[in-house]
Amino acid sequence: MPVLEREGAQIWRRRTSGESLIRWVGWLLGVAVFVYCWQIISESTTWFFVWDAPRIANDIWTRATPPKWEYITQLGRPIWDTLNIATLGTMISLCLAVPVAFLAARNTTPSALFVRPIALLIIVSTRSINSLIWALLLIAIIGPGVFAGVVAIAIRSIGFCAKLLYEAIEEIDHTQVEAITATGASRWQVMAYGIVPQILPAFAGIAVFRWDINIRESTVLGLVGAGGIGLQLSASLNVLAWPQVSLILVVILFAVVISEWVSAKVRGAII
Amino acid sequence: MLRLQKLTKTYKTGDQALKSIDLDVPKGQVLALIGPSGAGKSTMIRCINRLVEPTSGAVMLDDVDLVKLSSGALRKARREMGMIFQEYALIERLTVMENVLSGRLGYVGFWRSFLRRYPQSDVDEAFRLLDRVGLLHMADKRADELSGGQRQRVGICRALIQNPKLMLVDEPTASLDPKTSRQIMRLITELCQERGLAAIINIHDVALAQMFVPRVVGLRFGEIVYDGLPTGLTPDKLTEIYGEEDWEATIEKVEDDETGIEAAE
Repeated sequence: MPVLEREGAQIWRRRTSGESLIRWVGWLLGVAVFVYCWQIISESTTWFFVWDAPRIANDIWTRATPPKWEYITQLGRPIWDTLNIATLGTMISLCLAVPVAFLAARNTTPSALFVRPIALLIIVSTRSINSLIWALLLIAIIGPGVFAGVVAIAIRSIGFCAKLLYEAIEEIDHTQVEAITATGASRWQVMAYGIVPQILPAFAGIAVFRWDINIRESTVLGLVGAGGIGLQLSASLNVLAWPQVSLILVVILFAVVISEWVSAKVRGAII
Repeated sequence: MLRLQKLTKTYKTGDQALKSIDLDVPKGQVLALIGPSGAGKSTMIRCINRLVEPTSGAVMLDDVDLVKLSSGALRKARREMGMIFQEYALIERLTVMENVLSGRLGYVGFWRSFLRRYPQSDVDEAFRLLDRVGLLHMADKRADELSGGQRQRVGICRALIQNPKLMLVDEPTASLDPKTSRQIMRLITELCQERGLAAIINIHDVALAQMFVPRVVGLRFGEIVYDGLPTGLTPDKLTEIYGEEDWEATIEKVEDDETGIEAAE
């Protein structure tokens, strides 16, 4: 914060003149890089297709509307599969995430030196690979179908659930744990009485939140052959049956809205 | 009954919380532990039931050295010591009844406690205790619906249902208003008398301690600097425990009983 003395008055500026010069040069460089990149992108773009895009989009829109409503009779089963993939996958992942979370939380881990890094590695590795990639891998291993989708969703969700849960475990009130320990309770009793009641609301919130995410994720799993409504979507896209595609999108939208509504209701009830 | 021998606690940071404490608590005696914040009062109480591991020394409870016990034997020994906490330390999301019954965890197996299938004798005792502290009608309420005084009563029930020989009481009144503080102190000392329990009560409030207990131990910088009758706490002694301050007002409090107790802090 420089203050200049001029004619006896103290003039305040936010930055010194040197600092403002550097900022101007920074902006100049930024704009130059932007313009340069724009030029490169422009050279490697076939502009004909871009100018053509609105016409094509309009064309697809007219082909896709109205949706082929009678096709809905064939979508009941796939959307049911999708819901099952999401629900079963979430349940399995929660069963696996709970022990991982207890091993990862600083205050419950049996060994901060050996066990905790392994638990953290499980969390990071399952989180960082997209469920589509898990599905591709699992289809290669256990073959295409709904089961591959369930397992892909389950593995993908472990990291997310375990991470949020172990943060909840680390934030518990320690005196409640002390009080249960002081009664002479065993290690498992301390967990059941001192820790579990404290993290139960967080657990329920995480479960519903992840279920909601998984419904959206499982709609696309069919694209790679892991069952559910995505299978229908990719089949319809392949034969350019646009009215079917639009109907599938409407159904997915409907399913996602319903799941969001349910999860919002449940979370509201818990908190 | 309880004897501390050269009990020392040095924290990892190098802070000496307790410096070779020797203390003898006979059966059925209630004593107050006073001293400024950081004098080691809480540490001392927690070293007795080993919520904090002592660095050296011995804690003899009826000729058993608690410091040397294995974790299984320590759990059995902890059942003999009921603990009451400053912030009540109830399990907030469980009911009053569950909180009281959790005092029996040391006696009940995991699945019985997990499924809340406590022996009928424990349930009867829980109802008796809740009735004794005047909370029978609250048995089915969740702990976080209770007021501070009510919560502390539940905490007292949880400690007593352990059927302990010794009560470890950590700042029972620090979160309560003056009137409730007195009621809680009265309740604790009465219950200890009824059951012939020894108790160590950590307390900030000198006037309150003088009002209810027959013996006061003063702790300063991890050392016992006073051990005697509450009437022996002269301004000089209080200065020795707490440091320089005008103590006349605090001591007067003891004589005129019903005036505001806040000033004593």
